[in-house]
Amino acid sequence: MSALSIEHLSIGLPKGADRAFAVEDISFAIEKGEILCVVGESGSGKSMTANALMGLLPPGVTVKSGRAMFEARDILRLPEAEKQALRGERIAMIFQEPMTALNPLMRIGEQIAEVFAAHDRFSQQERRDKALNLIREVGLPDPEKIIRAYPFQLSGGQRQRAMIAMALALEPKLLIADEPTTALDVTTQAQILKLILDLRERHGMAVMFITHDFGVVAEIADQVIVMREGRVVERGSAASVLTDPQHDYTRRLLDAIPTGKLPPARAPRDVPALEIKGLRKVYRTGGGFFRPVREVRAVDDVSLTVGRGEVLGLVGESGSGKSTLGRTAVRLVTPDGGQVLVGGTDLAALSEEELRRQRHKVQMVFQDPYASLNPRQRIMGALTDGPITKGVPKAQAQARAKELLEIVGLGADAASRFPHEFSGGQRQRIGIARALAMDPELIIADEAVSALDVSIQAQVLDLLRDLRERFDLSILFITHDLRVAAQLCDRIAVMQKGKLVEIGTVHDIFLNPQQDYTRQLLAAVPGADWAKAGAA
Amino acid sequence: MWKRFSSNIGAMIGVVLLLAVILIAIFAPLLFSHTPWQMVQRPFLTPFTMDGLPLGTDTLGRDVASQLAYGARVSLLVGLVSTLVALLIGVPLGALAGFYGNWVDEGAMRFTEFFQTIPNFALAIVLVAIFEPTLISITIAIAIVSWPPVARLVRAEVMSVRKREFVDAARLAGLSRPRILMTQVLPNTVSPIIVMASLMVATAILLESSLSFLGLGDPNAMSWGYMIGAARTVIRSAWWLSFFPGIAIVLTVLALNLIGEGLNDALNPHLSRKGKA
Repeated sequence: MSALSIEHLSIGLPKGADRAFAVEDISFAIEKGEILCVVGESGSGKSMTANALMGLLPPGVTVKSGRAMFEARDILRLPEAEKQALRGERIAMIFQEPMTALNPLMRIGEQIAEVFAAHDRFSQQERRDKALNLIREVGLPDPEKIIRAYPFQLSGGQRQRAMIAMALALEPKLLIADEPTTALDVTTQAQILKLILDLRERHGMAVMFITHDFGVVAEIADQVIVMREGRVVERGSAASVLTDPQHDYTRRLLDAIPTGKLPPARAPRDVPALEIKGLRKVYRTGGGFFRPVREVRAVDDVSLTVGRGEVLGLVGESGSGKSTLGRTAVRLVTPDGGQVLVGGTDLAALSEEELRRQRHKVQMVFQDPYASLNPRQRIMGALTDGPITKGVPKAQAQARAKELLEIVGLGADAASRFPHEFSGGQRQRIGIARALAMDPELIIADEAVSALDVSIQAQVLDLLRDLRERFDLSILFITHDLRVAAQLCDRIAVMQKGKLVEIGTVHDIFLNPQQDYTRQLLAAVPGADWAKAGAA
Repeated sequence: MWKRFSSNIGAMIGVVLLLAVILIAIFAPLLFSHTPWQMVQRPFLTPFTMDGLPLGTDTLGRDVASQLAYGARVSLLVGLVSTLVALLIGVPLGALAGFYGNWVDEGAMRFTEFFQTIPNFALAIVLVAIFEPTLISITIAIAIVSWPPVARLVRAEVMSVRKREFVDAARLAGLSRPRILMTQVLPNTVSPIIVMASLMVATAILLESSLSFLGLGDPNAMSWGYMIGAARTVIRSAWWLSFFPGIAIVLTVLALNLIGEGLNDALNPHLSRKGKA
């Protein structure tokens, strides 16, 4: 008998939503000890399905029809009290963002013990011991210390482990994991995936794993279902879906994944667009009467060059200082030492006033498409403010803005609209157009495609590739995703803890990495083996 | 936005009430042939006993209804103008403090705290007592005691907006700092300011009434507070003299609060107390 079987489930959205059903007539089953990956882009209804199972649907969203049979009971129709007893004990859930899912004011040990308390199990002392065991089981270092720690004292990966410990507390039969590794670095992600695989072995629980990343699917899935706009478009074993996708949409999703297939090498360029020499930035926090100042060397003596017409990928995990380096290169952050040479001018040494006149030389495309456009300014304003300040006549700037909007694939009529009328991918195109409007010598793209769905990501990457050919752009492309970097970049620089670890052509880095850290990063890329097999 | 606002029943009641008060204030001279200072009948005429004087007369035989209508003018005028003046002080100060930070912030906030440490009402009394009690001095006094919260609000809003990426983008576009503040940051702080302003009008009306009640009102302007203050000695024998102006104050302040709350829900839909999918 299946651990969970969902039959003809439909979930209705409130009136005025963009469609009538969040999910429509979906059916699937998870066997004991099996990992089922539910794959889809944002808005596909995959999280809604999980929330419905847990009875966590937001107000206004209701189950319209269908059953979800778990241990011979329809869990969608249980009274609230029984649902509550089921949650945590028989079905557990882990979330994407472990910081917001943990109570920031409670020690980790207490939070785990609380799961037992909520279900009236064991005495105080037993709860503590169990919590300690769980912490040990999920591989958190120094359990005695962790049990007394607050969530903010743990790293992202450690928090996710703590969440998993809580979920495992009562040995659930079904674990629902909603994008549990999306917010984590690749190396941490690889560890968490391995942990989930191990635990599945040991406890024999069924896992419903929600993700948008086919790389993750390749790592852990037994069965896969692909969802799109609330419907299941494809289902099957992981091997068959990955190697022989039947549905068009699945094929497109798979094609859109940066596979690590390497582009043909280009001749290196000699003329530098950007030279960074001995750059240093130290952040000092805290420091009071009794406390020493905490120093973080965000960028520690880094030197690198981006040639004219070259795309240099800057890769590293969170906290590696890659973003700080990018922001220093445009002088949004003033470095503590070193030089940032753009066309012979040292941006790091300019006064505020001189800098303002030189700003146009380096432009940036930001990560968050929702925060990088002023919600109260029309697109035209966002695209012409800079050029007009630079001295371009207004009419000419507006004509150029329209032309650029055409070039990035939005159409000139986008100019008169407000940012909220556009989707994330479209906003990112606007961000790129805004950077181009200044005719910069260098563009810095800070995680410019990280917040986008894979298919949109692929489109924006195509656009960037197209643009660099057309305008011979020099780009410093900052990303945490090696697969993405491989698609676009000529050379890749790897950063770790503020230092430049390795720099070389894409082929060198991927095929012949010199440093241990680079090798680790490459090995941690989800679906690495599968991608290699596909590329061969 | 208007759709969200108009679907809020409380807010619409507020709008209707406030419109009624405004219309009465504007058309007071047309509604009543005599000024509120004119003696028209015998004193202490009970309400609803004589045609043409529905709310009776006061201690000197003046028409209470007419006094109420003219009082609305004073209350609304003082409320609106003092709020505008308070915004003119608070918004720029808060914006500069929040945007430039460091010593600008330190200076501006210490200055603000200086005003916040003195009890509002006591300071208003002192100010009115020092200057002659005229409508202008009362308005200015109320403005001076009510701007600090505006400055604090605007400062907090500006601080959170200036960290957003579009502000970085504007810096990269080479815009000057004052221009970024004016065109990029401030427009994004407007909605909480509007909400706060609508509530401040209500507070200002209350302050003005309290001042007039204490006899610190403009002696040449009929106001609700003055009416209550003058009637307090006869409150047991002539209840209507303090009751009707009291009701007028309650309704007006209530209307403004309802509108303020409606604006808050309409402008910040994600903070709305009603569930939203």
